[in-house]
Amino acid sequence: MGEQNQTSAHQDAYAEEFPKIRDCPALYQFLLNKSLFIPLRPKEAPLYSKSSSPTERDNVYKYDHIDQRFVDERVAQFRDQTRRFLAGELTEDEFRPLRLQNGLYIQKYAPMLRVAIPYGLLSTTQLRKLAHIGRKYDRGYGHFTTRQNIQFNWPRLEDVPDILAELASVEMHAIQTSGNCVRNITSDHFAGVAGDELVDPRPYAELFRQWSTFHPEFAYLPRKFKIAVSGSPNDRAATLVHDIGVHAVRNADGDVGFRVLLGGGMGRTPIIGHVIRDFLPRQEVLNYFDAILRIYNRFGRRDNIYKARIKILVKEMTLPVFAGHVEAEWERLRGGAGTVPDEEIERLASFFEPPPYEKLSGDDAGFRSAVADNRAFGNWVKRNVFPHKVPGYAVVTLSLKKTGVPPGDATSDQMDAVADLADAYSFGELRVSHEQNLIFTDVRQKELLALWSELKALGFATPNIGLLTDIICCPGGDFCSLANAKSIPIAEAIQRRFDDLDYLHDIGELDLNISGCMNACGHHHVGNIGVLGVDKNGEEWYQVSIGGDQGEAASLGKVIGPSFAAQEMPDVVSRLIDVYVEKRHEDERFVDTVRRLGLEPFKERVYASAH
Amino acid sequence: MPLLIKGRAIVEDRWTLLRDATSLADVSGETAVIVPLALWKSQHETLFARKDVGVWLKPDDDPGALVADIDSLPLIAIDFPKFVDGRGYSSARLLRDKYRFGGELRAIGDVLRDQLYYLRQCGFDAFAVRADRNFADAIGGLDDFSDNYQSTSARPVPLFRRRNGATADDGKLPPT
Repeated sequence: MGEQNQTSAHQDAYAEEFPKIRDCPALYQFLLNKSLFIPLRPKEAPLYSKSSSPTERDNVYKYDHIDQRFVDERVAQFRDQTRRFLAGELTEDEFRPLRLQNGLYIQKYAPMLRVAIPYGLLSTTQLRKLAHIGRKYDRGYGHFTTRQNIQFNWPRLEDVPDILAELASVEMHAIQTSGNCVRNITSDHFAGVAGDELVDPRPYAELFRQWSTFHPEFAYLPRKFKIAVSGSPNDRAATLVHDIGVHAVRNADGDVGFRVLLGGGMGRTPIIGHVIRDFLPRQEVLNYFDAILRIYNRFGRRDNIYKARIKILVKEMTLPVFAGHVEAEWERLRGGAGTVPDEEIERLASFFEPPPYEKLSGDDAGFRSAVADNRAFGNWVKRNVFPHKVPGYAVVTLSLKKTGVPPGDATSDQMDAVADLADAYSFGELRVSHEQNLIFTDVRQKELLALWSELKALGFATPNIGLLTDIICCPGGDFCSLANAKSIPIAEAIQRRFDDLDYLHDIGELDLNISGCMNACGHHHVGNIGVLGVDKNGEEWYQVSIGGDQGEAASLGKVIGPSFAAQEMPDVVSRLIDVYVEKRHEDERFVDTVRRLGLEPFKERVYASAH
Repeated sequence: MPLLIKGRAIVEDRWTLLRDATSLADVSGETAVIVPLALWKSQHETLFARKDVGVWLKPDDDPGALVADIDSLPLIAIDFPKFVDGRGYSSARLLRDKYRFGGELRAIGDVLRDQLYYLRQCGFDAFAVRADRNFADAIGGLDDFSDNYQSTSARPVPLFRRRNGATADDGKLPPT
């Protein structure tokens, strides 16, 4: 009844908006029969305005009135849930899953709110809103996470509905950033600008975002579920350690489809994902996801939280058996209502058209001489600038890994300043990487020197991207109630040890990742050097593994031996590096030396002097 | 008589849920009963002949077990021992979409306001909301959202086929 009333209300709204509609009874009846009276945007709802919505030149997905209504309805729903909780109408057990699905944890000292930055894309309008939220509701900063989210560590529970409303005003949300549901969709932070890209993953990432948002069947899964998509053979999205990793590829006919990987993940039982399907037609991807999730939802273990991820189900069932179930379910859904028409893929792709690039020479003379004349600038270019597919442009990574600052942290003032710079230098858009850095994707080569000076002043020009001090690090025991040990002070102590920039550059590419507990938010399993905080009789100790790697050749690190006390950690890392520097072949990365020599020489050195 | 949300109305529930029935003796003398799947299977001939018997499923019961009876069963209930156990959502979708169950599909157990919208989208049309809750308030949960992106049992045509009104067919909820 209510649904019908709503429908007739929509009809009335149409008639009011388009008075002529009733003059054509045939059209009116057609619309009625076909249920085309979808709701119009409410009159009071604001249209996009310059002040509160993404600028016109950035390349982010723009909500229409339906997308907007969903986030508005979510805010209203959560506001009422919070009210009922505070009024005692919902118990803590009843409220917990609801708040988690809105990104709200109760942490060690205060609630923590995790806001989604879908596939890492941000307009400067959105970044300014995050700065504002940090200032108004938090302590003036935010923490960029390893899954393209941002966390605020000090909001008040009562304020969270208002924060969500502020986010909704710039087409953002905290939907499903936690809880046992499909989490924020993550992707390649260089999407659309990398020369090695086969397919731009952003339209698909947005398709997946919409599919996963409020999926009614999969809101209460056995455990969290993470999906990442990459469109490049050089996997920059850690797809092999996701519940589903999707590689956009082209088949022999040039058609875009997906290679689907399943059951990867970190945490207590780290596993590299397995290919479950080599080529899935792009139109079928949501049906295939529905099939996978349905099998997982029905059969995933719910008796033990540590065995509840899909990777355990796949392991226990075996991949061929699991795949057989999925294929059978997909066969039933194939070609059905959930099949995505190419028009929708084109509609989504239209939001990610290239910005208006200037025709430039690929080799700017001023830039070339600045690199030659200015060693500090040259170092920064070498480490923090990535080639762009368009001549004369460059991709710049802003390092959030300055020694002394918790990795991934940025103050509200810094965020505002970064927004101004992105407006000035990079079409009003930026990216967040799972390495917890920020990216300007479209900087003119000739402006790199000027940008570098500005970033230096902000503290975001540390020339350490991909180097030992570009540490991935979870908030750890300083903030997180799950942590066994602190991680931020360990990161800082190691950064201080390796403060000689020449030495750091000589060591070369090295991922050092730190997690404060088993949950592996700091991705320690795939660090070339991985550090895991463990609890031994109430004391904080650190287990070290080496040989892990992310990307297309992802591998899991191996533990070198008994764990260490916090103050030993800089020495341990130094000794590992000493062995590498002595034994490396020319141009061999740390991880390759570990692969060639195995653990032994590293173990010997570390334990010979440490214990 | 206990209450029930049927469609969007609060009604008196004429069905009796027999959670622990294990033999025919537990069922005799009652009319309109909902029996466990195990009993339904073991006493199929007798119970099937009665026409006033529905079946309830545990989260791990296979809804496919009812495929032969799907056209004649008046009611299937799915139990949610805890609302965070989401298996029943998939059971419901299989019953509606794969086995084409057209009778009453009822959510029982830890059924609360904040899950009603999702339950409805997965094909439930009756909600035995937990007795200690306000039913009138719970009905509001059916309207938490005005639409959804996905293809669901209640609204099979996903939003991407309706967004511009270009190729819409029946994406609406059935009248209730």
